[in-house]
Amino acid sequence: MAQANIELLTPASRAEIDTWVAKYPPERKQSAVMAALRIAQDQNGGWLTTELMDAVAGYLEMAPIAVYEVATFYSMYQLEPVGRHKINVCTNISCLLRGSEDVVAHLQQRLGIKLGETTADGRYTLKEVECLGACVNAPVAQIARQYYEQLTPELIDRIIDGLE
Amino acid sequence: MVTIEINGKPVQARPGAMLIEAADEAGITIPRFCYHKKLSVAASCRMCLVEVEKVAKPLPACATPVTEGMKVWTRSPKAISAQRNVMEFLLINHPLDCPICDQGGECDLQEMAMGYGKDVSHFSEGKRVVVSPDIGPLVATDMTRCIHCTRCVRFSDEIAGVTELGAPGRGEHMHIGTYVEKSLSSEVIGNVIDLCPVGALTSKPYRYSARPWELTSHSSVSPHDCVGANLTVDVRGRQVMRVRPRENEEVNEVWLADRDRYSYLALSHAERITAPQVKRDGAWQTVDWNTALTAAAHGLRGVVEKHGAQQIGALAGYGATTEEFYLLQKFMRGLGSDNIDHRLHQIDFSTQGAMPAFPWLGQALADLDNLDAALLVGSNVRKEQPLVALRLRKAARGGARLMAVNPIDYELNFPLTARRIVAPTAMVSELIAIAQALLESGGEAPAGFAALAAGVAVLDEHRAIARHLKDAPQSTVLVGNGVAQHAQQGALQMLAALVARLSGSRFGFLSEGGNSAGAWLAGAVPHRRAGGAAGAAGLDARGMLTAKLNGYVVLHAEPELDCIDGAAARAALQQAECVVALTPYVTDTMRDYADVLLPLALFAETSGTLVNAEGRWQSFTGCTTAPGETRPGWKVLRVLGNLCNLDGFDYEASDEVRRELEAACSAVLPSSKLEWQAPVPAAAGSGLCRIADYPIYAVDGMVRRSAALQQTPDATSGVARLNAATAAQYGVAGAAKVQVVQGGGGCVLPLALDERVPDGCVYVPAGLAATAALGAVDAVVELKAAE
Repeated sequence: MAQANIELLTPASRAEIDTWVAKYPPERKQSAVMAALRIAQDQNGGWLTTELMDAVAGYLEMAPIAVYEVATFYSMYQLEPVGRHKINVCTNISCLLRGSEDVVAHLQQRLGIKLGETTADGRYTLKEVECLGACVNAPVAQIARQYYEQLTPELIDRIIDGLE
Repeated sequence: MVTIEINGKPVQARPGAMLIEAADEAGITIPRFCYHKKLSVAASCRMCLVEVEKVAKPLPACATPVTEGMKVWTRSPKAISAQRNVMEFLLINHPLDCPICDQGGECDLQEMAMGYGKDVSHFSEGKRVVVSPDIGPLVATDMTRCIHCTRCVRFSDEIAGVTELGAPGRGEHMHIGTYVEKSLSSEVIGNVIDLCPVGALTSKPYRYSARPWELTSHSSVSPHDCVGANLTVDVRGRQVMRVRPRENEEVNEVWLADRDRYSYLALSHAERITAPQVKRDGAWQTVDWNTALTAAAHGLRGVVEKHGAQQIGALAGYGATTEEFYLLQKFMRGLGSDNIDHRLHQIDFSTQGAMPAFPWLGQALADLDNLDAALLVGSNVRKEQPLVALRLRKAARGGARLMAVNPIDYELNFPLTARRIVAPTAMVSELIAIAQALLESGGEAPAGFAALAAGVAVLDEHRAIARHLKDAPQSTVLVGNGVAQHAQQGALQMLAALVARLSGSRFGFLSEGGNSAGAWLAGAVPHRRAGGAAGAAGLDARGMLTAKLNGYVVLHAEPELDCIDGAAARAALQQAECVVALTPYVTDTMRDYADVLLPLALFAETSGTLVNAEGRWQSFTGCTTAPGETRPGWKVLRVLGNLCNLDGFDYEASDEVRRELEAACSAVLPSSKLEWQAPVPAAAGSGLCRIADYPIYAVDGMVRRSAALQQTPDATSGVARLNAATAAQYGVAGAAKVQVVQGGGGCVLPLALDERVPDGCVYVPAGLAATAALGAVDAVVELKAAE
């Protein structure tokens, strides 16, 4: 078996992963896999390569397939390059009832891309996600670490205009 | 025991057992897909829903523990309704392509749908399609058919110890796969074919070749390792179509190694010889049996008359049946020669006199499951006896401390608590150090040990190994093939047995090939007669080659590959006046040295007995007839005996041979007791040391010719491996290929840097055409970069 190259994780990333590993018992260090994948993703401009996932597996002493399972399960991990701004729109039941379809349709039209695609200039990626846990203010979208709630097509226009 | 009631019938169950286990014991069928008795409970398919009294919803029988007085209905309206609805969901994405599916006719999903399903589905939307990955040459995948039971995932993770299969994706997009497309590296991966309840994972070589209802099933036993896995051989007409495991909890449980499962492909290899041949004036002629046998008898008797009986010798392969071993030694001894041996991989025979008459594992195979500690000496058990490794893995999962003294840091499928990875020449002193560590806490050193121990440093690791062995209630020391093939085999065995004695552990042999124990019992060793009776010592396997005899009988072996010193074997056979080969295959090399070729039936084509590592005599009958004029070995030897006017060769069936041998062995019990003989210290070698072993798919003629096995990642055509520091020391760092020279022979091999190989050593496997020219007895090799 090829040895995973844990050097792919920067020293800063490894230090940050270590703070997460420290939260769990020593024999359960793989519990830090979700945080480790997020850190690896942030280090790589917002997406994960197979080599990076292997590095996380090597660092946490897990089987690579177990890391792939986590990375493919959760919608916050990107396995292909993404634009500078990743717009995550919730289309689950509460948001759907409150008009998320309109928000999605407007975004698709304005950006000229479909869900799951990235604009040619690499500025925006549009992504459909499952419940973001803010149903009380549906419909909801997440861009970077920020939640945007009670969205309408007008509001989302203003938000996008305000992005760098 | 807990008493419960299933369908109104009282049933006794073990406390803590799941409902499905209790029902299975009582012979009550509950449908299931994800549940398997050898795997952890997933409770994901929901097919086993049953009604339980005082519980509002149906419960999964595989994940509901029994409680006293529980009342269960498996066929009540509520249970049937739940099962039918689950079946409807399971079939939503199933393609229902049974007419073109290999599983058709033996498919759990087909049968359950018939027994527990509805006629019509509510689902009218499009079904999903899943891309099927290529996971290697043994297992075909059609993942659209998968119902996500995860048996294959749990098998590879829990049993095989290779966590490579998984379930990436979520919801509709979840599928079983490897994410990164690759061949699975397991040597037992074929078992997922049996586990898969649908046609998602099927046998690649068997694909589209037969339907189960066309097949006749026969019982047989695998001849490739000392487990003696029980087989079901499926035959159509006279062709063996496939091999499956036959459940035997005490031997192979429900598993098979891939070697046992796919070696049948070699039954129809192009190199099969199907008619007797005789060499006349340098040209080969196909002749009838009478002519060939007369020529063989005449040739051998001619050598005996001209040069004496000591000038003939017999070399037998490890996988011959006990009956063949017995008749071969009877034939040789009838002619007056004790030169017979099956230990073709062995170099050192110095302690053969101390060996028990019936060497064994020191315990039953099933006892390995419950070990608390084990020390492996010179054993890559995962590739040598894959099913033993599964049992050791089971022990390790139960908390056993497994340890190893090995010449390479082999990738085993269980964790090692302690390991000493040293050059082959240093293994003796490792065992001395462990024995010395045990003596520090009492015990009596045997004669001559103190002299050996002088100058051997006892490290903390040695003390740890000693302590773990001594503290464990159930512990064992096992010597593997790496010891059998070692230049100081005698010393290693003596010291390993000493470590076992001092630590209160059982000592056992993980013997080579499928029938070493049978060979010892039958007298296919030069110094013992049938039943282990002592006799005049003839020449051993190596002695027969160095003595360059005038006549040889070769049985089920290709000495140029099967003898550890292939070059010496070839030279010895070439100079002989008469070589009679009883062989299922013929190669140009064999045509070059042989004078008479007698075509022999292979394991599925003949009756016989194999004795496994735990001393179990397993007899089997032929599953099919042998091709052409091919005959079972025992019949050929019987006629040869008669033609040489020897007494006692009038058998009518192989059972008679077995009965005769059994009578001779009636007082012989399996044993691993070695009479202590103080080992003679070997001079410390200098120079680069070769580590040679037989790769998993090079151990005998059949596996070497199984096309599917030869395409797996475990198959190798020969690579020289050494670590980076050693490569730099010998000036070959950066070379793509190296020239290896040993004992006057040389070959050019690709070079791979491998940190598992200790300093000062190079790993060059044996049993391969590419390395057959190397002499193997002196382990020192020369290495230089090749163009």
